[in-house]
Amino acid sequence: MTVIMSKVWVDVCPLEKLIPGRGVCALVGGLQVAVFRIVGEEIYAISNFDPFSRAFVLSRGIVGSKAERLKVASPIYKQSFDLDTGVCLDDATVSVRTFEVRVEGGIVQVASP
Amino acid sequence: MELHEHRRTLVVAGNGMVGHKLLEILVERGATAEWDIVTFCEEGRPAYDRVGLSSFFNGTSADELSLVSPGFFDQLGLTIHMGDAVASIDRQSGEVVSDKGLRIPYEAVVLATGSFPFVPPVPGKDTPGCFVYRTLDDLEAIREYAAGCRVGAVVGGGLLGLEAANALRSLGLDTHVVEFAERLMPVQVDEGGGSVLRRRIEDLGVHVHTGMATTEIVTAKSGGVGAMRFKEGDDLPVDLVVFSAGIRPRDQLARDAGLAVGERGGVVVDDACRTSDPKIFAIGECALYGGRIFGLVSPGYQMARVAADRILGGEAAFTGADMSTKLKLMGIDVASFGDAFATEPGNEAITYRDPVANVYKRLVLGPPDRRGDRKVAGGILVGDAAVYQTLLQMCRGDMPSPKHPEELIFPAGSGAAVPAVGVGALPGTAMVCSCNNVDKGTICAAVAAGCDSVGTIKGITKAGTGCGGCVPLVTDILKDEQGKAGVVVANTLCEHFAYSRQELFDIVRVHRITSFSEVLAAHGTGEGCEICKPAVASMLASLANGHILDGERAALQDTNDHFLANLQRDGTYSVVPRVPGGEITPDQLIALGEVAKEFNLYTKITGGQRIDLFGARVDQLPHIWRRLIDAGMESGHAYGKALRTVKSCVGQTWCRFGVQDSTTLAIDLELRYRGLRAPHKIKGAVSGCTRECAEAQGKDFGVIATEKGWNVYVGGNGGVRPKHAELLAANLDRDTVLRYIDRFLMFYVRTADRLERTAVWLDKLEGGIEYLRRVVIDDVLGICAELEADMARHVDTYECEWKAVVDDPERMERFRTFVNSDEQDPNVVFVTERGQIRPAFDHEKADPALLTIGAKP
Repeated sequence: MTVIMSKVWVDVCPLEKLIPGRGVCALVGGLQVAVFRIVGEEIYAISNFDPFSRAFVLSRGIVGSKAERLKVASPIYKQSFDLDTGVCLDDATVSVRTFEVRVEGGIVQVASP
Repeated sequence: MELHEHRRTLVVAGNGMVGHKLLEILVERGATAEWDIVTFCEEGRPAYDRVGLSSFFNGTSADELSLVSPGFFDQLGLTIHMGDAVASIDRQSGEVVSDKGLRIPYEAVVLATGSFPFVPPVPGKDTPGCFVYRTLDDLEAIREYAAGCRVGAVVGGGLLGLEAANALRSLGLDTHVVEFAERLMPVQVDEGGGSVLRRRIEDLGVHVHTGMATTEIVTAKSGGVGAMRFKEGDDLPVDLVVFSAGIRPRDQLARDAGLAVGERGGVVVDDACRTSDPKIFAIGECALYGGRIFGLVSPGYQMARVAADRILGGEAAFTGADMSTKLKLMGIDVASFGDAFATEPGNEAITYRDPVANVYKRLVLGPPDRRGDRKVAGGILVGDAAVYQTLLQMCRGDMPSPKHPEELIFPAGSGAAVPAVGVGALPGTAMVCSCNNVDKGTICAAVAAGCDSVGTIKGITKAGTGCGGCVPLVTDILKDEQGKAGVVVANTLCEHFAYSRQELFDIVRVHRITSFSEVLAAHGTGEGCEICKPAVASMLASLANGHILDGERAALQDTNDHFLANLQRDGTYSVVPRVPGGEITPDQLIALGEVAKEFNLYTKITGGQRIDLFGARVDQLPHIWRRLIDAGMESGHAYGKALRTVKSCVGQTWCRFGVQDSTTLAIDLELRYRGLRAPHKIKGAVSGCTRECAEAQGKDFGVIATEKGWNVYVGGNGGVRPKHAELLAANLDRDTVLRYIDRFLMFYVRTADRLERTAVWLDKLEGGIEYLRRVVIDDVLGICAELEADMARHVDTYECEWKAVVDDPERMERFRTFVNSDEQDPNVVFVTERGQIRPAFDHEKADPALLTIGAKP
């Protein structure tokens, strides 16, 4: 028997609630996910967990860029994480997990793993 | 070294600055191969820097003032006789005789005996407590005697007199200057300059009496100086008198030897610096050339150079010297150059006077040429001598005069376009250091050879090692040359902006930019980052209030500013309401206690006399604040790079020792500057007396009460590198305190680097506290009105950021842990310690028995 694992898309909030350049934290299947809106419908989702401080805070960091990479800086000790890959830009041996994200009918959704 | 068989002897009488310069030049030119050079030094110390004498009272040691490089007198061919002087010259036998009886046959003699201070022949001039100001021994004697004195006076308001007055002031004496002429520094400045100088010196607390002739020094019962008596007016009670009424050449040796001397003293020399006896030279302040004594070090050095060359068979000639001077007296710039008094035919003067900033500038222009243009011919600058080097170069003809030279003395922004005249425009032949005869080309060559600091340039070229007046110009040349060579010291904010914070601030201010995207699009690259976004947010907030979470600005703020609270290590926040001046009512205390109990917050008293409530979740913050605001409290901005607290003691209201109402002033200051966004946090304090219980000298701005008013200190902090604040101004009334602090804070906000406290900023400010005084008190930049207006706008538009949030449901909505759920962060857990909560450590989180979950509202 073949089990087809279909994704479950969890609602985060209406798109217009997200401030461009800022993040929010959503609870997705029991996990804390940091969701960031850059501009328009350009949205990224990574774990809210900051491995350096071990606190769940990445959604409260400042979004920016390093060279061509979009990133968020942890508000606690300021390490930056690549929004696309979750890799820490200050220490490539550390990374956080990333999540699929989409806008459906004006609602931002994150795929529950 | 190859020694000649037939050696000759040169005797140098005097080891002062000029005598020693002669020895250095002779050694450098290899004279010791042929000559035995014997020098006599009357003082107990060999040559030292007499120009920098007053720094002795500010902690510079006698050793630091020494001009003699280690081992100098150990060289073969050089002998120095310390504590001995040439007593006579026997020209018949060709020998000099010393005080101690040495007889030395000579081939040549150089008189470098200098000058002595003129003491007017008034009765009582030898009373104990009367001094002159010439040698280190004089200064040591003054320091010793001054210990038991309260009031000191200087007879003579010339250059040296004011130096001496500054010295008395730094010894803590109430200082008077008595000048016979109608103005201060009559030789260098005219009436307009003299009156500006006088006002500035009086502002420093020095009493100035001009047009006063001292007739007697009255002896006190103790046998020491008791008072000064004048031709007119009452006696002036003083404990100590310093005579500094000019110098007289020390020409006795020459007189006794039958050499030609001037009618009013001075050994007559020709342009070879030879006296009437061709074997005897005279240089420095004892020499009279063209009927003139040159009482500055620079012409003295030129004479030394000429005499050395002649002794070695050269043809160098002294043809008079430029008496241009620029000096800093008690922190006040005074410059005089060229035909300062417009005495030459056809020369005319233009003056600029700003009675508010207390600046005087006089520019003398030469006669018009056939096109009607006039060249810079001289001038006087008092209070602001920034254009001195430029004007001097034009006056000397090293640099062309602009079409309208007068525009150089009017301040920027007065409508006249000030031509940008950089050091780059100077030709290589332009004289930079006239003390040591160093031109611009020599300095450029040194930079090209790898000198990368003023210190190394000084070491190699000797530029700036005489009177030191050219050091700013040397610095500018160094920067200019490094700039040309592509050596750029980058001070850019981050990869998105190629500007320093100050430059970016000016861009935002001048272009009236109101958003980050605007400044990024026009002046930056990329998306911004955690460095430039909060920096720009802070600038926008400093320039115009308005809620920091409005519109696009919300995305720029650090998490502390974004949630208007202080993030702690576990992701919770702490809350600090404002407690102005540390004054709090029992009802407010009770309200704080009730809020802390209700939300189960850890409470602690802060160093700034407030109460910090810890352990609040994001979603609790607006509820906590609703309660605090209802109890009459407001945001304390503990989360912002902004004014934090103004700490105070109870002052004269309660304290037996207080002399002013420090609590009220502290509250006024805190309410005035609350919410002011700055490059870093700002703390203040007000103490009600000199016991300083509020620790005002450890703050960015501190105010200490005196019997006469308030002393304002700036630039102190605790933290990693504690630093005491420096006195900005003394004995001010309340309004002036506010005005100066307004200006100081806004100037800091405009010009400091990102995350730079006032202490570091002040350290880096060229000219330090004195320059700061010139900006915020004397208004040399002409920006004080603007700074005050900026602050007035801040005061007028302030609103409590928290009140604006709890009054607005849309803003309230941002304070959620999860945007899509009402659940709480299960990772925020507390344990109990000493009856209060604290965040659990990881090992404790594994043990449920230890945990206390924060109470929910």
